[in-house]
Parts: sequence; structure tokens; C-alpha cells
Amino acid sequence: MFGRLVFESFRRQRRRKLLAGIAVALGVAVATAMIAVATNIGDKINQELRSYGANLLITPQADTLDVEIGGVDLKPPSDGAFLREADVLRIKGTFWKNNIVGFAPMLPVRANLGTGAQSQSVELVGTYFAKQLAYDHESFITGVRTTNPWWKVSGAWPGDDSSDVLLGQTLAEKLGRKPGDSIEINGQARRVTGILTTGGAEDGQVVAPLHVAQEILGRPGAVRRVYVSALTKPQDALALRDPKTMSPAMLERWSCSPYVQSIAYVLQQSLPHARVEPIRQVASTEGTVLERIKGLMLLITVAALLASVLAVSAAMATAIFERRNEIGLMKALGAANITVASVFFAEAVLLAVMGGIIGFFGGGLLAREIGRSIFNSQISVEPVLFPVILGIATLVTFAGSAAAILRAMRFDPVYALKADA
Amino acid sequence: MSTTPRTRRSGKHGMFLRMLLRATLVRRGRALSALLAVVVAAAVATAMLNLYVDVQAKLRTEFRKYGANIVVVAKQGQPLPADALLRVQTALAGRGIAVPFAYVVASTSDGSPIVVAGTDMQTVRRLDSWWAVSAWPNAAGEALLGSRAAATVSPQGQPFDLSFQGRTLHLNAAGTLTTGAAEDSRVYLPLKDFTAWTGVQPSTIEIAANGSAAQVTVILQQVTTAVPGAEVRPVRQIMEAEGRVLGKTRSTLLAAAALIILTAALCVLATLTAWVLDRRRDFAIMKALGASERLISGFFAAEAASIGAIGALLGYGIGIGAAAWIGRANFQASISPRLSVLPSVFLGSIMVALLSAALPMALLRRVQPATILRGE
Repeated sequence: MFGRLVFESFRRQRRRKLLAGIAVALGVAVATAMIAVATNIGDKINQELRSYGANLLITPQADTLDVEIGGVDLKPPSDGAFLREADVLRIKGTFWKNNIVGFAPMLPVRANLGTGAQSQSVELVGTYFAKQLAYDHESFITGVRTTNPWWKVSGAWPGDDSSDVLLGQTLAEKLGRKPGDSIEINGQARRVTGILTTGGAEDGQVVAPLHVAQEILGRPGAVRRVYVSALTKPQDALALRDPKTMSPAMLERWSCSPYVQSIAYVLQQSLPHARVEPIRQVASTEGTVLERIKGLMLLITVAALLASVLAVSAAMATAIFERRNEIGLMKALGAANITVASVFFAEAVLLAVMGGIIGFFGGGLLAREIGRSIFNSQISVEPVLFPVILGIATLVTFAGSAAAILRAMRFDPVYALKADA
Repeated sequence: MSTTPRTRRSGKHGMFLRMLLRATLVRRGRALSALLAVVVAAAVATAMLNLYVDVQAKLRTEFRKYGANIVVVAKQGQPLPADALLRVQTALAGRGIAVPFAYVVASTSDGSPIVVAGTDMQTVRRLDSWWAVSAWPNAAGEALLGSRAAATVSPQGQPFDLSFQGRTLHLNAAGTLTTGAAEDSRVYLPLKDFTAWTGVQPSTIEIAANGSAAQVTVILQQVTTAVPGAEVRPVRQIMEAEGRVLGKTRSTLLAAAALIILTAALCVLATLTAWVLDRRRDFAIMKALGASERLISGFFAAEAASIGAIGALLGYGIGIGAAAWIGRANFQASISPRLSVLPSVFLGSIMVALLSAALPMALLRRVQPATILRGE
């Protein structure tokens, strides 16, 4: 009898059940999508913040002071210490290799452009553009195109194994060179594949594959500094502590969190004779920006959950209020309050489960669409969320119906049957 | 409807107004729940729209912690004109901060080269908030030492000498500076001491200009005209990354706002539709007593519209409060109430309310009043 009551109610009142079901499904979909977006937004924004460039700098430990003004290196190129290009690869062998988005070694040297009387001395920087490398059978691509996304090239990027070069924009204007022209560098003709615009000192320099700079300097395998772009966790009080003063348990927690300091610490230990330091301009600021955006999305998710709860309970209350007559009839025929209530609660749970399932998958699609259109990457809904969401949907539907069911039951069946609301 | 008889002044529209009022007052419970739905929806919509408008400004102030987004550099080794900083500041007119920098390569007592910079210590603290400084210089003859420079010239914090073109300057170390970049290898002096010692004028002015990308472009142009003969360029690293992060955040916020407002509007639709449907007996009685379709439609529409309007106004107030709370909780800054949000929330609420009334009305119009009154 009980089962039949519930079943018939769904069969006969298809339109009303559909409306309530849609409300539940929609509420659940919005909640699912927002939870998925809020849990993913940190990673996505962190990824975007990498467009500010490197947040770690590796320099030789025994180096003399930098003599650099406005991005132009004034130190004699042979002066000071160097890192070994082969050692730099070890970055990808450390514990944090998956957090390293990319790295770019730099080797600034002086070079003579042109021949004879027109020759002039300019700075030439050797680096990786998008170099294919392998460490431990794992191949990856790294270079300035990853670490410095604001570098714009008109023309083409040179190959890392070629001896082609890029000319900075102001330098190219001064020399009247276009992409495809050739230029004489230290007596050797090199092809200019593109003109580089960075808005920085590189606009007045030549940028070449690393091996070209090493040849000019006469030091194969030498690198002056390495810029590393890593995904990090915003700093907190623990991040800023000195690892030397920590207790073992705290040290473990510190070194297992991807703070910029702990990544620097690990890199420093794996690279001989190097000092690794966070670039504070990028590293310390991105934490606050990330925290703000994450906090904002969290609060908005709470608002979305609240709105879904209200929508679901409003729809359920409406659906039950409309069925006072039925309640009256059941009561007039001698049904106990508990029987009536359980029929309606059973209906509510059934609606919640069906609406919840549809809503969960709809929400997953919605989240994926948001991820694809805004971040160009996947936002996936954790399957773990499914029982949680379903539980919440049932609870909300239950709670939304409860008030209406209780109110309807207090109603005198006589009035309900007379339809005198 | 059981109304208590009461004498009342009735004007031309007295009856209409009275019915409107009594209908709401007599069945307070149902009317209240409908009003509540509108209030909540309007509050959520207000908070979301207000946040959407204001959050960009709030995030921009966070992004300014990345430092300068415009630099003015002298062309090819010449110093900037002496009044360049003043001209830049006039062009800025309070829309940002400008900090002058002057550089020379001096030598330490053992003859190795070191970059010495002169700057305005008061403004550089605000421009480059990421500088980790142990103590700022505040007396004459004090210098700020980059952490690597300190290890070379003054490892124990003792006084040291620097010389430039034969003139030696005796300095005390006030504190050390750590940035992780080129600054670590430099010595920073207050600009006055620097110029008195070297005679070199500032060659660079770094500007942190506030505002949207368009506003910064305008400032860039104004600074360019204010300082002819200098190169004024945007810091693309900062500007492009900011645009990217801000754009993504805005889009996410917009998507979230759209979803939330849609849900809230559906909540109103469900509640108000039920409310109107629930009163089909009023509708039937009015019709049976000979009221025209237009009058009845007008009556229900007026009722729905007034619920929408009252709900929107209450909701606006609550929503502004919620946005202000979010602003304080998340940005530690107040979010100013935007009046520009009010019309859209107000009209939106009324539209949704009218739509909610129109749906059941269309349904009821087809039904004979007798059928409803008989209770079927």
C-alpha cells in the first residue's frame, strides 16, 4: 500500500513532480559546479600567476657582486663564477620536479655586431627558448617561452640547436634589421629569425641559443644564472621560519609543503656550489593575490550553496502545500500522522536522489565548461563528492519538506476537504 | 476572505488599494514567505553584482604590490631633466607613486666594483613592498646594504668607505635589504646624500600607476608628454600578467554570479507562482462578482510587482551589507555600496515577480470560476 501510494503519486502528478525534480537537480548542479570551481581555482590561478615570471633565482655561490644597472650587466663577462649547464638539469630530479613549471639558464656576454668601423659592442644573452631535455628517462621542454610569457617575438623563435638569433626591438630599429636578415656577430654571419619585444633591457640586446653565448665566451657548458618558475603554496608563518631552528616534525611538515623557501632549500641542496633564492617581488606578492582570490571564491561558493538550499526547499514546500487536500483525505480515512508524513518524506527522498544524480552530472558538465572556456583546462569533479552531494541534497530536500509537511498535518482535514484554504 | 469591517476613506482607487493591502495583511504567512524569497534573491543578486564591480578595484590594489608598471628612463646615458620627477608627479596627480633612482658604479675599499643607487627612501618603501629590510636609514651618512653587498663591504655591520671618481664617502650601515634579485648586490643611499657625493642626477623614475589597463595607458601617455626626451615604457611583465589573472578571475566571478542569480530567480519563481495559484479562490470570487479580466490581471500584477519592489529594496540593503562583510573578511577593505546596481536589481525583481504572476494567471484564465469555487 505504502509503495503504491508513492508510486501512484509520481505516476499521476508527473508535471508537479517534474517541476520539483528540476528545482532539486538545478540546485544540486549549481552547488556541484561551484564546489568544483572553488576547489580548483587555487591551482588555476596559481598557474596563471606564473605569467609574472620566475620566482626563484639560482646563482653561483662563489660569485662576485653583480654589477648590473637597468638589466644591463656591467661586470666583465669572464669575471666571477659560473654554474655548469649539466648540473642545472638536476632541478628536474628533485622532490619538487612536478612543481617546476620551467627554468631558463642565462649567460650574458659581450659581442661585436657588424664589421670594421661600424662594429659596436652589445650585450648578447644566451638562453634556452623551448629546449627539449631529458632527465631520468623523462623528457620535458623548458626555456624562456615558458618562464617569460611576456616576451613577444615578431617573426619566428630560433631553434635551440641552431645558431640563429633574436634582436631586441630597439636594437633592431637602430640597425635596420628585419626578421630573415643576417647579422655579423664576432665575425660570423648569423640569421635573425625574429625581433624580440619585452619592455625590459632585452629590447637593446641580442638573444641567442645558449651554446652560441658559450662559444663567444669560450666556456662550453657555463651558465651565469638560472631563472626557475615554480608552483608554490602561499607563505604563512611556518614558511618564513628558519629550517635550522625547527624540530624534526616541523621540519618534515615544512619541507613537504611547496613553499617557495622549501623549494629553494631543496634546489640548493641538489645543486653544488649554487645559491638559490626566492625572487621576493614575484614570490611574496603572488601569495597574497592567490589567497584573496581563493577566499573570494570560497565565500561565493557558500552563497551559491545557500541559494541552492533555498531554491530546493522553496520548491519542495510549494509542492507539498499544494497537496493539502490529499493529506486531508488520508487523515479523514484514518491514517495516522506518522503514516502520512512517511509517505511524503519517502517521496521527497526519492525526488532528492533522482534530482541529485541528474544535478551532480549536470554540475560536472557545467564545471567542465567553465574550466574549458575560462582557463582552457580541465576542471573535474572529484567522484568522492558524489555521496556527499547526494547526502546534502537529500538532507536539504528533507528539511525543505519538513516544515511544509508539519504545517499541512496540523491542518484540520475538514477544511482541507472543503478546499477552504 | 474574512475582513473586519472598518470605516475607511476611499478615494478613486481606494477599493483597489484596499484589496491589495488586505489580501497581503490577512494572509500574512504566505505573503511573507513570497516576500522572503524575493528579499533573499535580491540580496544575493546585489551582493554578487556589487562584488563583481568592486572586486576588480580591490584586486588591482593587491596587484600594485608587484611594484612599478611604468618606467621612465633617460635616453642613452644622459640624466633625466632636473625637474623630471616634479613633472611626472604633476602628470600623475595622485593616481600613483613615482620614485626616482640614480645609479653609479663605485668601488669598495679593496677596489672591486659595486653599484650604488640613490633613491627616495620614503616612497620606495611603498613602491617596492616586497623589499625585506632590517632597518631603514634615517640619519645622514647611513646606507641600506643589499644582503650580498653587506657580506662584502660590511660583514659585521661596521662603517665602510666607498669611492667614486676619487671622492670617498664614509658610510654607516643602517640595515640590510633582501629581494632575491639585483638589488641584493647594491648599496642604497638617500638621494640627497647620493647627489651631494656623486653629482649624478636620477636616470630612472619608476611609477606604480593605479587603475584599469585603460587608465594606466592614459597615465602612460600623459607622462610621455610631460617628460619629452625620455623613454617612457610600460613594464609588460607586470601589466600582462595582471591583465591575465584579473581577466580569469572576472570571468569566473561572472559565471558564478550568473549561476547564483539564476538559482535565486528560480526560487522566487517557484514561491510566487505557488502564492498566486494558492489564491485561485480570490480570483474566482472576483470573476464571479463581475470583475473584468483586465482588473483581475491588474490586481495580481500590482500585487506581484509590489512584492517584487519591496523585496528588492530590502534585499538591496541586506546584499550591500553582505558584500561589505565579504570585502572586510577577504580584502580587509570596505567595499563601497554601488548605487548603479540598484536599478538592475529593482527592475529584475519586479520582472521575475510579474513573470511568476503571469504564468498561473494564464492557467487560471481558462478555468470557469464555478469549478474553482466548487473546490476542484
